[in-house]
Amino acid sequence: MTAAISPTPSAKVHARPMLEINKLGKSFGTTEVLTSIDLSVRPGELVFVIGPSGSGKSTMLRCCNRLEEPSSGTILLDGEHVTACQGRALDKMRLKIGMVFQGFHLYPHKSVLANVMLAQVKALKRSKADAKTRAIEMLEHVGLAHKAESMPSELSGGQQQRVAIARALALDPKVMLFDEPTSALDPELVGSVLKVMKQLREEGMTMLVVSHEMEFAREAADRVVFMDGGVVVESGPPEEIFGNPQSPRLQSFLSRVNRGGE
Amino acid sequence: MRFLDTFFDGAVMAKYLPELLSAIVTTLWISLIVVVAGLALGLVMACLRTLGRWYLTLPIVAFADIGRALPPLVVILIFYFGLPGLGINLSGPMVLILVLGGVLAAFAEEIFWAGLTSVSRGQWEAGRATGLGFGQTLFEIALPQAVRMGIPPLVNRALAITKMTALGSVIGVKEILTVSSSAQSFSGSATPLTMAALAYLAIFLPVVILSRVLEQRYAWAV
Repeated sequence: MTAAISPTPSAKVHARPMLEINKLGKSFGTTEVLTSIDLSVRPGELVFVIGPSGSGKSTMLRCCNRLEEPSSGTILLDGEHVTACQGRALDKMRLKIGMVFQGFHLYPHKSVLANVMLAQVKALKRSKADAKTRAIEMLEHVGLAHKAESMPSELSGGQQQRVAIARALALDPKVMLFDEPTSALDPELVGSVLKVMKQLREEGMTMLVVSHEMEFAREAADRVVFMDGGVVVESGPPEEIFGNPQSPRLQSFLSRVNRGGE
Repeated sequence: MRFLDTFFDGAVMAKYLPELLSAIVTTLWISLIVVVAGLALGLVMACLRTLGRWYLTLPIVAFADIGRALPPLVVILIFYFGLPGLGINLSGPMVLILVLGGVLAAFAEEIFWAGLTSVSRGQWEAGRATGLGFGQTLFEIALPQAVRMGIPPLVNRALAITKMTALGSVIGVKEILTVSSSAQSFSGSATPLTMAALAYLAIFLPVVILSRVLEQRYAWAV
């Protein structure tokens, strides 16, 4: 469990955001899903996005690495235009943006080690030896080096998600996007994934997290953003968002969540 | 004894064995080319179809549908007896290879395509999100999963098509059935046909067993 992730916590004071979302809009046909979203994540910051189902959280996150094509607005990663990239330039840009999915999406026909090595070799053009060293390092980081030779189907959901995190980290991304990383997990497995995420935060990784884990948000987030109906309704430090919600929409969302009605 | 004389007459066997062996070789090399070319062409077409360009998809789908709908015998007869009218003279083996290879390609394309479409969108997204290009994601992630799903139907289809090399008997290709049925006529014994059946078993049984091995090799749990 060595600190192998590059960004440092002190980077938080830097002026330039690591990830900057400006006036992001997204429509599916005539349905507007995102309306002029502005959001920035500073280096080393953990920003948590909460909101009801269908509020556009995941779509916003998926626009950040262009798995969804934004309809309008710009996205910048460390000052570089993500939205302007095409073809190979976009593939290269995606190397800098790690993404963790709700459904893990490990490659079932490849071993854990091969899962973590694949993009390093094929996209980052690392030598196989270097990729393997890095993969083992990252698997150690998420506590799964002993599972390197296993197939994904032999792992629990929590372990699969940690491998997926290692797969993304192995590419040395500048920012990590988490799309409901614990939603598909049995409750007793959630903790292991949150632990890894907390560790990443301590190492200074810049993270944008969409999740329903309110406790984790309260504990680990630097900032919480509440989205509803495709817009950012409210954002602020967790103690303000959870302790003193301003908008009626956030108040009603939190009361529903607290009653377990979400 | 009558059964043995009818189906396993030693003298008839000895007489026609050399001719049958050469027919086996003919069936083997035609089958091999049909399977390799048919599967390769089917794979290429399925991969091209993933690009989602109508000008590729349309001819591929048309080819696959027509190839699967027409009885191969009809096409074989048209190619062999019809094309010379246009000044195109193809040898018997060439007609067999073109038609059977084409039919296998049509089925294989559909099988590979079905496999590719059943690979979840999340697999593609995981590949693309880690900076892999479309082709890399296709060949490293989607295709191996599609092929694995397609192995049982592909082997069945390849077997069915290679057995159709027997259709070569209608256009005089000296393959197993042609030789054995002519031997049967000349000898008045069913023994050459027994020999043909044994020859087909000798060729295809190992393929069936190989398909089982392949299925096991690709059988990772999902």
